[in-house]
Amino acid sequence: MPLSLKEVERIANLARLELTDAQKARYREQLEAILDHVAKLGQLDTADIAPTTSFSTPSMPLRSDEPRPSLPQEELLENAPEQEDGQFKIPPVFD
Amino acid sequence: MANLTDLSLKEMQTGLQERRFSSSELVKAALERIAQLEPQLHAFLHIASEAALTQAEVADRSESTQENPLNGIPIAIKDVLTVAGMPATAGSKILEGFMPVYTATAVKRLQGAGAILVGKTNTDEFAMGSSTENSAYGVTHNPWDTSRVPGGSSGGSAVAVAARMVPAALGTDTGGSVRQPASFCGVTGLKPTYGRVSRYGLIAFGSSLDCVGLLARSAEDAAIIFEIIAGHDPLDATSSPTKAPALDLADTSDPPLEGLRIGVPGEYFLKGMQAEVEAGVRAAITQLGALGAQVREISLPHSEYALPVYYILAPAEASANLARFDGIRYGPRAQADSLREVFARTRGARFGEEVLRRIMLGTYALSAGYYDAYYGQAQKVRTLIGQDFERAFEQVDLIACPSAPTTAFKIGAHEDDPLAMYLEDVFTLPASLAGIPGITFPVGFDGIGLPIGMQLLAPQFREGLLLRAAHAYQSATDWHRRQPEI
Repeated sequence: MPLSLKEVERIANLARLELTDAQKARYREQLEAILDHVAKLGQLDTADIAPTTSFSTPSMPLRSDEPRPSLPQEELLENAPEQEDGQFKIPPVFD
Repeated sequence: MANLTDLSLKEMQTGLQERRFSSSELVKAALERIAQLEPQLHAFLHIASEAALTQAEVADRSESTQENPLNGIPIAIKDVLTVAGMPATAGSKILEGFMPVYTATAVKRLQGAGAILVGKTNTDEFAMGSSTENSAYGVTHNPWDTSRVPGGSSGGSAVAVAARMVPAALGTDTGGSVRQPASFCGVTGLKPTYGRVSRYGLIAFGSSLDCVGLLARSAEDAAIIFEIIAGHDPLDATSSPTKAPALDLADTSDPPLEGLRIGVPGEYFLKGMQAEVEAGVRAAITQLGALGAQVREISLPHSEYALPVYYILAPAEASANLARFDGIRYGPRAQADSLREVFARTRGARFGEEVLRRIMLGTYALSAGYYDAYYGQAQKVRTLIGQDFERAFEQVDLIACPSAPTTAFKIGAHEDDPLAMYLEDVFTLPASLAGIPGITFPVGFDGIGLPIGMQLLAPQFREGLLLRAAHAYQSATDWHRRQPEI
């Protein structure tokens, strides 16, 4: 299936990926080859087939709904590139 | 004394219990071997020498009991599983400098059994790959021929075991990432049933496929680790409550595989596969027959669709799972004026080529207008692949087939052709999609001395049967005892 450069840019934007022009051109070509291979799935008639979404069995137990200590906030924040007052710090969301 | 690093896990257990050597000696020997071979092999991303030696001293002061069967034994962990206080990178620059605050359940169980973690092993970035070449921290080399790949994505763990750095290591298998490197490196690799081992603390790739597995030098050693890591975990909602059986590999029947029905799927012997691999696997199947198994041809008619199904579903799940890596909560952050640019710039700069490609592919398959044709259809064909196995297991107890179409390939061989790389997984993908367990072990060598692996597959939760059959084979042969000259 032919894939346009514009389509590649649309996907990169959806996935929040900043790509170089060389990457866009390369992925356009490579994704097209992979999608061509994948197209053979369309050969199968699956009208009456249920999708497999997981292997969870009905007997899957739930844990008891009791409060438990959570992971330590301070330690978790230590991994953040920027933090302030116990929170993740980010650039402005609105202009 | 013989080289301590040459001992099997079981021999280490016995030696420690009988106090023939100490854990400190054992761990020191492992660390020395790692230090000696790392410049050639690069199996590790993090080596925890000091902590390991300290823990070994503690182990030497404590009693080895049934409660801590791994007391004082060095083990390695694939770097997609978290260990509190040890850096976790998942082979990616986007997690550079990340320090987990909690430990994966499978690792915790090993620690609870007394195991000593010597370090974290190299992996394709986020476990996406079949050669360990996609690691952002350099390629791992196959100890049988260092110009070749070890397979992947658990290549570091496979090499650590094959090169006698550790007796066993944890890996993960989403589409073959334990079985294929085990095959390329001539070790025993077990992918358990989906849900058998907790995924808590595993950095997620494809959540409906991810399994924590293990690599060891024999089925006997694999069984020891499997018994410890298997079992229900309330911290993983997909963890199965099905009890893991206590394994007794010692078989009293004679011949050992008497009555076992083994199916050989014609679809797994492709035109174009390496002839020596086919010959090696066929000979091993004959050997299983000589051990008492009844061998018959079977068919898994939808096998050829496993690759396209997998390369829709796994990237789709990955594109969602990897959305969390955005430069906000962990890892480095690219500087930009708006939040949106921070996301895109951090991700674009820090993810490697294969990860970017799969996120793109997965995002495409899930995007409006394509969802039904790709993701929806793939989920349905996944059902057909599962049904193939259900029907087969009405006729046979186990399925025997090759683990990979070739032996280890040269580093760089598939550099510019992602589809050719994906084809390396063609024999391991179907079991992943069906959620069933599989084991790989060496059954010979090709003309240039590279290991050939065979794969056995079983119905869900029948890992015991896999380990028993592999153990029977290894009791009658010595392929698994061969060592690379390194």
